Amino acid sequence: MRVGLFVTCLVDMMRPRIGFAALKLLENAGCEVVVPPNQTCCGQPGFNSGDRESGRVMARRFLADFESFDYVVAPSGSCTGMIRCHYGELFPDDTVLQHRLDALSQRTFELTDFLVTVLKVERLDSFFQGTITYHDSCSGLRELNVKHQPRQLMGQVVGAQLREMNKPELCCGFGGTFSIKLGEIATRMADNKCQDALATKADAIVGGDLGCLLNIEGRLRRLGDDTTQVLHVAEVLAGPELGQG
Amino acid sequence: MQLTSFYFKSNVRRKLIDPLLQRNMKRFGGRFVEARAAVMTEVDNLETIRVAAAAIRDRSLANLDSYLVAFEEQALARGSQVHWAETAQDVNRILIEIAQSNGVKKIVKSKSMVSEESGLNDAVEAVGIQAIETDLGEYILQLAHEPPSHIIAPAIHKSLEEVAALFSENHHTPRQTDIPALCREAREQLRPHFLSAEMGISGGNFLIAETGSVVIVTNEGNGRMVTTLPRIHVTITGIEKVLPTLNDFSTIVRLLTRSATGQSITNYVSMLTGPRQEGDLDGPGQSHIILVDSGRSRLLGTEMQEALRCIRCGACMNHCPVYQNIGGHAYGWVYPGPIGAVLTPSYVGLKNALDLPQASTLCGACQVVCPVKIPLPELMRVLREKSFEQGLRPWHERLFIRLWRGVANRPRLYALMTQVGVRVLSLLGGKKKLLHHLPGLDGWTDGRDMPAPQGKTFRELYRKRRS
Repeated sequence: MRVGLFVTCLVDMMRPRIGFAALKLLENAGCEVVVPPNQTCCGQPGFNSGDRESGRVMARRFLADFESFDYVVAPSGSCTGMIRCHYGELFPDDTVLQHRLDALSQRTFELTDFLVTVLKVERLDSFFQGTITYHDSCSGLRELNVKHQPRQLMGQVVGAQLREMNKPELCCGFGGTFSIKLGEIATRMADNKCQDALATKADAIVGGDLGCLLNIEGRLRRLGDDTTQVLHVAEVLAGPELGQG
Repeated sequence: MQLTSFYFKSNVRRKLIDPLLQRNMKRFGGRFVEARAAVMTEVDNLETIRVAAAAIRDRSLANLDSYLVAFEEQALARGSQVHWAETAQDVNRILIEIAQSNGVKKIVKSKSMVSEESGLNDAVEAVGIQAIETDLGEYILQLAHEPPSHIIAPAIHKSLEEVAALFSENHHTPRQTDIPALCREAREQLRPHFLSAEMGISGGNFLIAETGSVVIVTNEGNGRMVTTLPRIHVTITGIEKVLPTLNDFSTIVRLLTRSATGQSITNYVSMLTGPRQEGDLDGPGQSHIILVDSGRSRLLGTEMQEALRCIRCGACMNHCPVYQNIGGHAYGWVYPGPIGAVLTPSYVGLKNALDLPQASTLCGACQVVCPVKIPLPELMRVLREKSFEQGLRPWHERLFIRLWRGVANRPRLYALMTQVGVRVLSLLGGKKKLLHHLPGLDGWTDGRDMPAPQGKTFRELYRKRRS
């Protein structure tokens, strides 16, 4: 099975170790993983800001980079949601292109969804010492139905204990450019999320989308908490011995 | 209603630091959310009913012209008088004409959000007619000289203590300490008005084309008084509220009350079909129905048409994490929350409410609970596209988006820029790996640190690893 890894721009720039964690998880599960070198961004920042052309440009690029693979996997619910739910509507006048994008979209998966739904992973040889509380990022949850997959996988991590927070499905306030355009509301929403997460006294706040994690961690640190870890689910699943590259 | 949507950002700033509002919003918190979730478990085929309800609304809107004409015919046959108001000003003009030609001095009103659109109360008071709100929430707000902050619970931003103080001050009575006592006091104040008013005004949740009926769905009973006691009853409602048949209504109402307050059914569901007929024991002598366009027909046939499906349950705002933190007043017009972020720019003009379509993380919580499946995030995105295309967004935002598009479409340039960028940011992040301030990104760093990047991009590290 040839899998194209869509690293996503945020992981590429901010947290490469999440990309390597995803790579390791897929390889351990027996996939042949390729990272197409020309990939960049899915186009969501522009698309959600009202620039449809951003979506179109990046959809074409995505198609060129990934069409040849059996599956495409991304460690992000929101980028996968962009591809799966929005690429298809970008070219209403070009049915051939639309058809190709639809076909590719159906083979594109969020990482934990792919591991559980397609690969049916039932055993992870990894270890995490501590308690975890999981934040359900909005796009993964509501566009892709990612809810039980990360929990099921974390259940296979030796030592990891899940403690659900109050309202894990409540938005953290990231929302892409929203977090800058309406920063004051975003900060308040991040505050609420931090409170709910901290109330569990978990050692780590874990999620599946780096944008949300930066938002939550950014608020936590500003509030003076520099002990609670904020981790991507791939980091937890791949285990601590993961190379930093 | 005074439009302040243009000042959304400064409204937000004030609301976020208003301790009383914040406390009241927290107290209100998830009450409607929990009630809705609990009562929806009664419905074992919720998704099927939602699909059916959306289809009913779509059918109504696709044939709005013929259903409206059918409604008018039936309403006339039952003795109602039908008036067509193209604009908000027309609403006030028509209403004042009816009132003046019948010597009306006092009006009692049950809740009508459409009458808020035209600022009806101020307009009738300007010609010397008294208008008294009789919905408890609206009555409170009339005393406080405030607009509603929620479409079904208009005074949700007020605490019991604030209401008690307001009543005591206005009624010259001792301050009450519990809700039943406050309700009784309001009732005692309102009863003489119900009995002496010559005109009652209500909204209309739905118009039934096959019977010419106006349906109102209420809890307090004031709706019954307003529509039956005074000698004239006037319904003010939007043209989009028409449903083809009573059968359609029976489908929709199953979702309306459950989505709104989490009730299986409200205390009152009233079908008002014309004035008092011969042999009737009660009812108004005259029944008028003002059908309001005021921007609605402009949405027909456009990508915004789905917004007109709205049945005004308020579930989208109850579930909206933005609304939950800022309350309804910040949105600056009649309809707050996600549906307001879509309707306000559509009705009052995008340039007058520029930030409203941006006032969402597109988290999708609204769309998931909407009983008629309005794709609210999608509609906000459509409005964002219009803002972008019409050049209404700030120049630096447009520049950034175009630049990013250009860079992201040139992999080599992207690789070079990101490599340099993450090194610089990583260095600036220092030992704690946190950026406390980023020029141009104050929106972020005013309230949050930015965790610094690791220092090298994935593609650099990956290439090294492969070689």
